[in-house]
Amino acid sequence: MSYLNYQVTTTPTGIRKILYLNWPLVFLIIAVSATGFLMLYSVGGGDVSRWAQPQMERFAIGMVAMFALAFVPIWFWRSIAIPAYVISLALLVAVDAIGHTTMGAQRWLDLGPIRLQPSEMMKVSLVLMLAAYYDWLDIGKVSRPFWVLIPILLILIPTGLVVIQPDLGTAIMLTLGGAFTAFAAGVSVWYFIVIFAAGGGVVYAVLASRGTPWQLLHDYQFRRIDTFLDPTTDPLGAGYNITQAQIALGSGGWSGRGFMQGTQSRLNFLPEKHTDFIFTTLAEEFGFIGAFSLLTLYVLILGFCLHSALTNRDRFASLLTIGIASTFFLYFAVNMGMVMGLLPVVGVPLPMVSYGGTQLMILLMAFGMVQSAHVHRPR
Amino acid sequence: MRKSPKDIVDSTRIITRRGLMLGGIQLSVAAALGLRMRTMQLDRAEEYRLLSDGNSIKIRLLPPARGLILDRAGVVIAGNEANYRVTITREEAGDVEQVIDRLSNLVPISATEKQALLDEIARRTPSTPVAVRDRLSWEEFAAIAVNAPSLPGVTPEAGLSRVYPFGADFAHMMGYVGPVSDYDLSKMDEPDPVLLLPEFQFGKVGFENKWEDVLRGRAGSRRVEVNSAGREMRELGRVEGQQGGTVQMTVDAALQNYTAQRLGTESAAAIAIDVQTGDLLAIASSPGFDPNLFVRGISSADYKALTEHDHRPLADKTVQGVYPPGSTFKMVPLLAGLESGIIKPGDHFYCPGHLTAGGRRFHCWRRGGHGSVGVKASLEQSCDVFYYELAQKVGIDRIAEMARRFGIGVRHELPMSAVAEGIAPDRAWKQARYGEDWQVGDSINASIGQGYVLASPLQLAVMAARIASGRAVEPRLVRAVDGVPVPVPEFPDLGIDPANLKLARDGMDAVMNGGAGTAGSSRIVRAEWRMAGKTGTSQVRNITAAERARGVIRNDQLPWNRRDHALFVCYAPFDAPRIAVAVVVEHGGGGSAVAAPVARDILLFALAGGMPPLDAYPEGQRGRIEEERKKLRLAPTTLAAEPRGVSRA
Repeated sequence: MSYLNYQVTTTPTGIRKILYLNWPLVFLIIAVSATGFLMLYSVGGGDVSRWAQPQMERFAIGMVAMFALAFVPIWFWRSIAIPAYVISLALLVAVDAIGHTTMGAQRWLDLGPIRLQPSEMMKVSLVLMLAAYYDWLDIGKVSRPFWVLIPILLILIPTGLVVIQPDLGTAIMLTLGGAFTAFAAGVSVWYFIVIFAAGGGVVYAVLASRGTPWQLLHDYQFRRIDTFLDPTTDPLGAGYNITQAQIALGSGGWSGRGFMQGTQSRLNFLPEKHTDFIFTTLAEEFGFIGAFSLLTLYVLILGFCLHSALTNRDRFASLLTIGIASTFFLYFAVNMGMVMGLLPVVGVPLPMVSYGGTQLMILLMAFGMVQSAHVHRPR
Repeated sequence: MRKSPKDIVDSTRIITRRGLMLGGIQLSVAAALGLRMRTMQLDRAEEYRLLSDGNSIKIRLLPPARGLILDRAGVVIAGNEANYRVTITREEAGDVEQVIDRLSNLVPISATEKQALLDEIARRTPSTPVAVRDRLSWEEFAAIAVNAPSLPGVTPEAGLSRVYPFGADFAHMMGYVGPVSDYDLSKMDEPDPVLLLPEFQFGKVGFENKWEDVLRGRAGSRRVEVNSAGREMRELGRVEGQQGGTVQMTVDAALQNYTAQRLGTESAAAIAIDVQTGDLLAIASSPGFDPNLFVRGISSADYKALTEHDHRPLADKTVQGVYPPGSTFKMVPLLAGLESGIIKPGDHFYCPGHLTAGGRRFHCWRRGGHGSVGVKASLEQSCDVFYYELAQKVGIDRIAEMARRFGIGVRHELPMSAVAEGIAPDRAWKQARYGEDWQVGDSINASIGQGYVLASPLQLAVMAARIASGRAVEPRLVRAVDGVPVPVPEFPDLGIDPANLKLARDGMDAVMNGGAGTAGSSRIVRAEWRMAGKTGTSQVRNITAAERARGVIRNDQLPWNRRDHALFVCYAPFDAPRIAVAVVVEHGGGGSAVAAPVARDILLFALAGGMPPLDAYPEGQRGRIEEERKKLRLAPTTLAAEPRGVSRA
């Protein structure tokens, strides 16, 4: 499909694009990010320069990028879907080969001043690729086996590359993010049921492989599974992070201990308090009110994205919006589920709150595409 | 490829339906997250809050270094030594057994030790360090430190442990420290929290126990953040403690060492006291024991050997042991008689060798008797009949009153364990104790320090010091605390007529220097150290009339524990008294033969401030004394002590 399909006369130009922006979404993003700054200031012990300030700087750049991307016509994004996917894939291969190892995993690619996390890029690239694929694909063929196999491969190749880093969290997010996009495109529910069952079988096989010569996961990953099943069995070892996180979270109570008053996070009991476990600090200091408010902000972001997607008659734009929203959903759902003991600790940041440049920038740019879809929708 | 309008409609319809389904799924998940928040933060908040508070700041104690105990010259007699030990922490070790096996390549760990260790580790929480070995050599300690990377959870630690460099010499006076027992804690209202630390050393007996408050010091503390499992995360602050006070004692380490060695293996006690200040210069009980054994944890075999020894090494005979003082007591009834005016300085009694009173016959130690005996000769020759006669005239109550003035039957407050009061018996005492009336025979026995009279060696030393100084000298053990001298109190005058006191002193001088004195052979020939003394031989058995008729069995033919106690009290220099000494040798035989030479040697050492010059001894004894000296195993510091008044050619 080319830009000729669009009714050029209805496409906003110049200053009018600003008016067509999904402003509630912009404000929600600002609200969530501001929460992030506040929490980074708190876990930094009142030291702005430690985490809050770098995060704000990246946020500023990210916002500029978001607006810039929003003003780029949506068909441009569709046209770069394949190159973006291929480049992300190449970078993933590169990071596996020469990347920096942190915390037992190769996730970073050092490109001079920029440290790039290709797995974060892939989260968006994959959605972009799948949206373009289903936009291109004849609606009647969506559920045919061959045309289902292609997106499965598109999902599994980067997932496989991420698993060997190893980064279980991103692998799960890629798989589910891709699945959500395909689901939205109308792939028959039966495929999902079958694949879900097959996935269950794989999980069983993985668990059964433990201790055998063909063991499929690293020991630390097995231990994380153990910890997930019962964190109290080893409160000082494998279950330490999650036990401490839950204590911090639960002790927040209704209204929390107050800003900067969280003893758990303050006293360094919490691991990775500024990254993956930052939600515990929020929940401890602002209690149920604070934690639930953040959840509400996230749900509202989802809601505005979904509304935008459903009211957009452009298939690519709708699928892209839903895919990005779903990825965003996976971020916060997996992170919160993880720190609240519902999911294994897999290393997924809290979107736009956790400290981390790549994650924030990629998300803001992804929302730039969502805005672009919103601004350039057929009217 | 172009999309038809129908395609677009189909697409929109599918996306709307699937989008709403997805939205529903995602909203459900979000709702589940919200519910989870509710459960954790509202329903179970209290539980987590409790856990969180446990997760907070803990105070960790820094055990203070125990105060040093010095002798009067500043020589350390109770110090601290580095104690290298190695601990293991389960949570850090991982495979504990494997780590212990590796450790056993560096320090010997037997199979039973290993099993005991594994049991101990299993019993403790994972984060508690458990001691693997104590008192490692430096080489072992270094080997463990070097191999630390292959020994996870193993921590070599350097702590402090009490050490008594003079071993047994100060054992009884000093006591010893040991780990705090539950029994110790049960006796305290609010135990100092530092006592609860494992391996903390606490004064168990003796001076270490009595001065515990000063010696212990004040624990410092570290404020650390610990997580709810007790693992230390970081240190927030530190309050340095204060090490225990340095206590300088009155004892002279060289003299103490010499005294302990001079007593040898006898069951004996000896005390040297400064007659002016009451400073105890030496206070030794023999045989001793090595207090370091107790600090390190004495083996049951060693302990059994100590408790079953018939010479009772664990007992402190100097202050806990009470003995019939025998003739060393005689100055007391004499002064009681003189002070009351009942006995005049020129009075004489006739001694036929025995006296009959209350239907009983009392013998003098000399079977043939002393003939007519005056005041001075009564002490010089230690005539018993003189005192039998005296006691009947003076009466027991005056004698007992005089005994108490000289410190017998009075508890001297010393920071040592179980200081005995002794007994200065009188009518009221016997009535209270036995519900019986006082008999004349009781007075006769008491007059020669037998019967009910009991005195500790300390009391005898105090008595000698009071006779020498004429003042109510009280013994003391602490000279200075943290460099601040403890003031010597102004001791009150005894209130005894100096003329009478001089009679007693002259009598004691005659014992040594009178020519016919009972301890003439133990005299000091140097004029400036002229010595006065009094012998005593106290019976521990009754001699029946039948035995007396056959001939009294000689001491060396009796079993050891039925032999007489040998006693001696003395002071010097006679003209300007400085030091008094009391010696009791349990079942040693005669006071003049056994106790007096020991007492003289101690006195001379104290006067000379080191090994006394041989010219202080009577001419004929010097060779033998020089030989005996060589047998003594003295500490190097004692041998190095610079004797005073020794003319060097």
